Formats: sequence, structure tokens, C-alpha cells
Amino acid sequence: MSESAVLFQNVSRHFGDVKAVDDVTLEIKDGEFFSMLGPSGSGKTTCLRMIAGFDRPTAGQIFLYGQDVSNLPPYERSVNTVFQDYALFPHMNIGDNIGYGLMIKGIEKKERMKQVEEMLDLVRLPGFGHRKPSQLSGGQRQRVALARALINHPKVLLLDEPLGALDLKLRQQMQVELKSIQQRIGITFIFVTHDQEEALTMSDRIAVFNEGKIEQIGTPAEIYEHPASPFVAGFVGTSNLVSGDVAKRITGSEARFSIRPEKIHLGAANGNVDEDMFHADGKVRDVIYLGLYTRYLVELEGGGDLVVIEQNLRTTSMDVMKAKNQNVRLLWKKEHVRYVGG
Amino acid sequence: MLQRISTYLYLRPRLILLLLLLPPLIWFLVVYIGALVTMLINSFFSLDSFTGQVVRQFTLQTYAKLLIPTNLQIFYRTTLMALTVTIACIIIAFPLSYYMARYASPRMKTFLFLAVTLPLWSSYVVRVYSWKLILAQEGIISWFARLLHLDGLLNWYLSFKLLGGPSLGVSLTGVFLVFVYIWLPYMILPIQTALERVPKSLIEASSDLGAKPTQTFRNVILPLAFPGVVAGSIFTFSLTLGDFIVPSLFGNSSFFIGKAVLTYQGTSGNIPLAAAFTMGPIVIMIVYLLIARRLGAFDAL
Repeated sequence: MSESAVLFQNVSRHFGDVKAVDDVTLEIKDGEFFSMLGPSGSGKTTCLRMIAGFDRPTAGQIFLYGQDVSNLPPYERSVNTVFQDYALFPHMNIGDNIGYGLMIKGIEKKERMKQVEEMLDLVRLPGFGHRKPSQLSGGQRQRVALARALINHPKVLLLDEPLGALDLKLRQQMQVELKSIQQRIGITFIFVTHDQEEALTMSDRIAVFNEGKIEQIGTPAEIYEHPASPFVAGFVGTSNLVSGDVAKRITGSEARFSIRPEKIHLGAANGNVDEDMFHADGKVRDVIYLGLYTRYLVELEGGGDLVVIEQNLRTTSMDVMKAKNQNVRLLWKKEHVRYVGG
Repeated sequence: MLQRISTYLYLRPRLILLLLLLPPLIWFLVVYIGALVTMLINSFFSLDSFTGQVVRQFTLQTYAKLLIPTNLQIFYRTTLMALTVTIACIIIAFPLSYYMARYASPRMKTFLFLAVTLPLWSSYVVRVYSWKLILAQEGIISWFARLLHLDGLLNWYLSFKLLGGPSLGVSLTGVFLVFVYIWLPYMILPIQTALERVPKSLIEASSDLGAKPTQTFRNVILPLAFPGVVAGSIFTFSLTLGDFIVPSLFGNSSFFIGKAVLTYQGTSGNIPLAAAFTMGPIVIMIVYLLIARRLGAFDAL
């Protein structure tokens, strides 16, 4: 097994009565692209800030490559951070921003400039050294912030929702770029985000946070296909959560289960039901055409409703609208149902 | 009717702008610039020493009189005082501003803000006179010094020719202390505003990149607070340059610019020389601002 880069042992961070992080134990492996995913206020950013050293745990210990860093100031840790607002120094040009860490270490100007140029090439901003941060676009600033952190060769790079301020196209482009940079230089990336798609795209493993605790840790596929709790099922992708009487009518048991909308097939009323399928009958209440796919809201007979997503493989917007107010039979494979308890 | 007017104006944004700017522009051009220009013109007139009338004829005679050693001494003394007062204000104001901007709770901040600005609510003259009581021979400071058996030290200090005098109330040190007291709020507020505008993440970023607190202070906080320091120093510097009340009340016989202007204009009616004297602080301020710009104080504007 490879060495652990970051280790949380029963770490808590309380602000007065608020338990921002509550007894978290977590291991991040060396060279991993690890995402902390959760809604705002779930404790993911506080965890990141504790690794960086901006916050200190009120209980528990944090280890960086075996060294207890719980009470080390940020400037004595070999981690670097890409901030949400980029935090570029407005009074310095791009070159001086990127070279800041080297300047602090006392590396002479000539060597510094050389490394800054290399970094500018890495983030595809050659020749930008003399510009001021205010002259750059959001995406460019983001890459400068990345270069400024990477030039110090940190053992762990922390990224605090760095793509949040970018538009969709740029964000998707940067997701690919970040992942490829990480694979090239091979250091541990810890990425904080509230965007589940972002986490699924880039991560080797994901920790899903909720109310200061970790709900589940796993690979993107594990998190998506085997959500460990109702919260994970609802937060990562969309899920239909079914319980009580409605669940009993479908599966024969009141146990709560989740089913992904894209796994449900919209069939004709009274259609055949195979042995390995569950089914539910209902009426289409709403049809939302979204280009790539269509979302149907189906009201079940006897109460409850399910969201169904179908790709528009052979259908047009005109076709899908006809489904409205039709009686339908919903079918899905039994193996796609997750019993999530709670 | 009203609607017609508002529609008419809505369609002509430049006209609205003109209407809005007209009053301040008139005020600015007539009262501000007009007064300055009048003064500049007057400084090129001269006083007939026999009749005591102003001779309205262009001459450099007044400036020649202005630049005699005694007057240069006055400029030098005033500038030095303004500089020392400014530096002292920066040294006192910075830690307080820093505390207010970065550490104080909202309640504490409001309290400090009130405490700093409260003296400005009362009359300047009253406050200056109350310092007379503090600094006088039988005043609070000498009383306190006697109580601590430090009166020897005080007298020893007062025996210095340049700084001392018969008492603190009649000495350049007294002038200095009162100036620092009077102008301090004008230094605290701009520095505090500048520091408040430095995002916390910049300080965290610096420390994240390996900088110890002193390095962060030197490389990030100080450069970003510098425009605030310069703004504050413009107040303390120019206000000290022009003030005549404090030097009159606390100074010894040595003149300051403000006092000289008052004497020439008020006592001897020599308006041209008074006007020429006033050009002094203006020139000094221009030089000061040029130096500040050179140091990058206005880069962030």
C-alpha cells in the first residue's frame, strides 16, 4: 500500500456551538486526485483549511506524510493552496506573483525568472509575466494561481472551489487541464467542490460531506452506483427516493430505496413486466424537454411520484410532448435499486 | 407636465449630467480656483512701503523678499514639523488601524471608530486650549512628573535649546504633541479603510507560500496599506503646514508659515507677501505628492 499523504484522526473543528467538522477520520493516498464534495456549510472547506494550516482542529490530529502538523503554521507546511478568489497579489505583476514563494525562500532573481517562465509555459500563459492580475480574465487568473502554487513543488496541492467563478465551457476545459497536470507532475491534489459533476469528472476518490461528517468515501463509480445513504443518493446526481406505502406497493417491503431517473424505462400502459424488473403505473404530469434528454414527472397511482429521464435518441421535442397526461408503466431492473436505509 | 420634463431629460443624459454638475462646478471654479488664482496674482504685486498701499503691477520683488534666510528658516521649520508630526501619526495610527481592520469584533470596531472620531465633534479651539492646561508649567504633566519625582528629568529635557522652553506649554515639543493629538484621526481612518480592503485570502496566500508573518507584513500588507498611509499623511502634512493656532498658543518666538501669513496679512496688511507665503505650502505639497507618486502610492487608484 502506498504511503498516506494526508491523515485525519478523529478531527473536529468547532466554532462555538457550531460543529463545522465533527470527528472526521480520513486517509488520502500519495499521488491521488481526491475530492471533498458537499453542500456549503458541510465542513469540506474547513477540512481543507486545516490541511493548509489556516484553521486548527479543536480535537484530533492531522498528519502530512507521517508528520503531525496539527499545530504547525501554514508557512511551515509543504502544501500549497489555490484559492477560490485566486488571491493574486494586486500590487505585483504576474511574474512576481508566481515567483513569490521562491522570493520568500531567498532564491535569486535570475533563477526565479527562469522557473517562472517554465511555470507560465506549463499553464499555457507564456509571455504574461509583466501583466498585472487586473488585466487578466478569470480563467487566466485561475491558471496563474495554479502556477504560483505549483512552482513551490508542494507535496500536496489544495484547491478550494477554484473553478466556481468560471463559465461552463471554461470550467469543463479546466477540469480536463487540471487532471492532466496532476497526472503529469504526479502530486496529491485535494479538490474541494460542491459540484458533483466536477468531482465525478476528475477524482480518483471522493469524500461526500454533510453537516461536518463524511457520509461516504469511494471512487466516482462507487459513489454514484452504490450511494451509502439517502443524502449521497440525493446529492450526487438525482435520485428518486421511495419509502413507506409506495415502496411496499412496488417491492413488497417498506424499506426505503433509491432509483436513478435514467435507469427507469417509460413503457406503454399494461406492458409486459419481466421477472427481473420492478414496475409502477402512473400518469405523466409534466414533460421538460432539455435537448439532450427529456425529464418526465410521473404521478403514481395511489400516491407518490417519480422522475424519469430518457435520452432523445429517436424522439424530437414534438414527440415527447405527446406523452403528457398519458398513462404509462414505469419499468426498471431490480439490480438498479439501492436500499439506502434511514 | 412633470412627466414631459422627465422624459425630455431621460432622452438627453448629457444634459442631466450638466445640470447635476453645474452647481459644484461653479462652486469649484469660482470659490476654489478663483481664490487660488487671485492669491497667485496678488503674490506678484508688491506693497509700497511708504504709503502701505498695494501696487498692482507685476513684479518679482515680493518673491525676492520671501526668499530671505529668515523666511526660508520658517519654511524649513514648518516642513520639518509637518514631517515629524506625520511620521509620529503613522507610527501611532498603524497598529490601531490594523487592530480595527483585522481583529476587532464589529462592536469593538464601532466603539473604536466612535472613540477616534469623538474629539472631532467638539471645537478645535476648545481642545487646543485644554492642552494648554495639560502642558502648562503648573499643568497636569508637570504635576504628574513631580508626583513621580521625575521633575528633574522634565526640566533637563526642557533645557534643550531646540525642543525645550520655559515649560512644555511654550516649546516646540508642545507644538508637536498637540499637532499629533489634533490630526491623529485623519491618519487612522484612511489607513483603516485601506487595510479593510485587503482580503484575508491575500494574507493567507502569502503565508501559504511560505512567508512568515513579518515577511507577509512587508511584502503584502504594507504595500497595500501604503495608499491609505499617503492619504492620511496628506491630511496631517498639509494641515500642519497651514495651521497658525497651535504654534501661536504653544510655540516660542519662532514663526511657522501659518503664523507668518497671519502676521503679514492681518497685522501689517502686506497681502502680496502673505499670498507669496501661502504659495510655499502649495509648492511643498506638490513636491510631496510627486514623491508619493514616485513611491507608487497611487498605482492602486
